[in-house]
Amino acid sequence: MSILHTVNKSPFDRNSLEACVRLAAKGGSVLLIEDGVYGAMKGTSKSDMVTNAMKDLTFYVLGPDLKARGVDEGKLIDGVKVVDYSGFVNLTVENDKAQAWL
Amino acid sequence: MSEIKKFMYINRKAPYGTIYAWESLEVVLIGAAFEQDVSVAFVDDGVYQLCKGQDTTGLGIKNFSATYRALGDYDVNKLYVEKESLDARGLTLDDLMPLKYEDENDDYAEKDSIRVVSSKELAEIFDQQEVLFNF
Repeated sequence: MSILHTVNKSPFDRNSLEACVRLAAKGGSVLLIEDGVYGAMKGTSKSDMVTNAMKDLTFYVLGPDLKARGVDEGKLIDGVKVVDYSGFVNLTVENDKAQAWL
Repeated sequence: MSEIKKFMYINRKAPYGTIYAWESLEVVLIGAAFEQDVSVAFVDDGVYQLCKGQDTTGLGIKNFSATYRALGDYDVNKLYVEKESLDARGLTLDDLMPLKYEDENDDYAEKDSIRVVSSKELAEIFDQQEVLFNF
């Protein structure tokens, strides 16, 4: 059984990403969308939290939300995978259920 | 209506995820239209509003980042960015749009509108204002 976790809030504004990482079971997937995409950037005060979580979780980020905010893919934490809207659909199909962290 | 006051607009939200950034821009332009002495501050996630290379075509919503470049034409040329907020997000001045204005008191020389300041400096700047709006 696997869960797709979506996070749509900036990790600097809310603790949604922190709660997700703390409570997501090993083998789960985390998709960062909307303002959540800032959590995928390297060199921030939140990067280490995500890097540590990547031992147990797979991280994805939604490309169109990155582009809208001017975040270059070169600024992402190594190992975070960029997906488009059809990739988002695939993730929902590949996982048994979804949990939206608000 | 001839009295000019020092207006400060404080932005603490990222663009697009909420409506705050766009609403703030609207109110800043209204303040400028009434010829007030306008300053704008970008702190916390508000610094993301000024990131360059924004492209919203994939979202199908308006890209309002170009509006920041027009602020100089409305005599809004005091844009304060908190250094501590940039640092926490792994950002530097190079990641922000190069916003300029023409200084009419200096033979219309082109100057930078963005000033990176420390928290302490920003607190002093807030202290000098007469009206403060938070977004």
